Amino acid sequence: MTPLLEIENLRVSFPTTQGRIEVVKGVSFTLGRERLGIVGESGSGKSMTGRAILRLIRSPGEVTAERMMFDGTDLLSRSERAMRPLRGARMSMIMQDPKFSLNPVMTVGAQIAEAVRAHESVPRRALANRVREMLEAVRINDPDRVARMYPHEVSGGMGQRVMIAMMLIPRPDLLIADEPTSALDVSVQAQVLDLIDELIVNNGMGLLLISHDLNLVARYCDRILVMNSGEVVESCDAADLHAATHPYTRGLLAAIPRIDETRDVLPVLDRSAWSGT
Amino acid sequence: MTAISLKSLTISYGGIPAVHDVSLEIGDGESFALVGESGSGKSTVLRAIAGLAPEWTGEISVLGAPRGHGPDRAFARTCQMVFQDPYGSLHPRKTVDSVLSEPLIVHGLSERSGRVSEALDMVGLGQEFRFRFPHQLSGGQRQRVAIARALMLKPRIMLLDEPTSALDVSVQAEILNLLKRLRRDQGLTYLMVTHNLPVVAFMCDRMAVMNAGRVVETAPSSALRTGDFSDPYAQHLYAASGGDEIASKDGQ
Repeated sequence: MTPLLEIENLRVSFPTTQGRIEVVKGVSFTLGRERLGIVGESGSGKSMTGRAILRLIRSPGEVTAERMMFDGTDLLSRSERAMRPLRGARMSMIMQDPKFSLNPVMTVGAQIAEAVRAHESVPRRALANRVREMLEAVRINDPDRVARMYPHEVSGGMGQRVMIAMMLIPRPDLLIADEPTSALDVSVQAQVLDLIDELIVNNGMGLLLISHDLNLVARYCDRILVMNSGEVVESCDAADLHAATHPYTRGLLAAIPRIDETRDVLPVLDRSAWSGT
Repeated sequence: MTAISLKSLTISYGGIPAVHDVSLEIGDGESFALVGESGSGKSTVLRAIAGLAPEWTGEISVLGAPRGHGPDRAFARTCQMVFQDPYGSLHPRKTVDSVLSEPLIVHGLSERSGRVSEALDMVGLGQEFRFRFPHQLSGGQRQRVAIARALMLKPRIMLLDEPTSALDVSVQAEILNLLKRLRRDQGLTYLMVTHNLPVVAFMCDRMAVMNAGRVVETAPSSALRTGDFSDPYAQHLYAASGGDEIASKDGQ
């Protein structure tokens, strides 16, 4: 079986007054119908990797790769126009903050319906039914009432569920979730991630979960890539995260306070140890 | 001796109550946490103590002295606040030096230069940072400046509003270590607002769990190791923060 996504030597760069700076420096991975997590701190290039796959990086940013295949088609050679049937319909992206990613002047139901109408023509009544089913699938009680609401009338957790509904209603094969829960409260976080997980597994999709939270990624993914300053420093099975060998990964793991904390001082990353590259 | 005492404190914004009937006693030298989710009113309590939410009824007293509703100069000498977002809480067009000197000027203190350089040492910033602007600093360095500013008047109580939630985990560890060391060295009292229970386990002695504007449970932070909460909301918050895994580990 060919993998859903094959990335080889992906590089993203931006111009600065000191010349071009590479923010992603040769990232390679393959993704099947599984859950892959990318973790790293601010500026590690994890979000840029996700955006580059959807070809969302605009000039003057520059994306190069030796190979960037999605389900047998080459993403690099596609024109902007040819990307449109792919984006949303075959691969879609959940953004970090529902407050800034939903259209404030459109009702929730109209936005979800628009995601379908952009790719296929569906009779109005069938469309309304599909929107209702999707809202039910993301566990919104009373979907008819919520469909008529505007984004400012829904809570953060509900807004994120609306966004998930919007991204999944065209039935994509690949879902890229960029920090899908960092704007949410802890108790809502688990609900939203369980929901994404359930929908991914039931529909046999591929998931790329981008996050700064190591424990969260370990809990919801099969495999993990750890990124630091544009490079993948470690790749392992989620279950083996605690046996990680790279000093950066080990440093990150040790720096997280635990709920049953007994240490007096938290170990701090010695940045000089590997920043020589 | 109690550092902060709140008695049936009700705080409103524009006539609408956000916090109902909160009573707490925080001992001198204690590190106390207010935990809860967005909208639970935990930051509002902190803002009322700092004088930023003047619409309250009840009683607030700090180190035995009752606090009025307006700004209070003497109060500022004993109690200072550190805000959540180091990107928003520093003036973008003031250097570190002028940010740190300002409280000294307001309170008419002398030896400003010496005190500024002492404060920089205390928070682990080199003297080379003294004449930089906030945009020339990383998030962790900015939060260190904000902590140094709070320490300028040598307060006895620090109000910390989510001091690390805008930072990366490795930087969070540095700032938490710094706060812990400062408290030990200076004998400070902390009242910290956070939604992150592992941070409470590391930093604090006791905590109050808030939900919908009310304190639902007060517990020692050792309860985080055992999961010993009696209120259903506190149990739920504990489970969602990773406490369920500890419970299942014990069960094995």
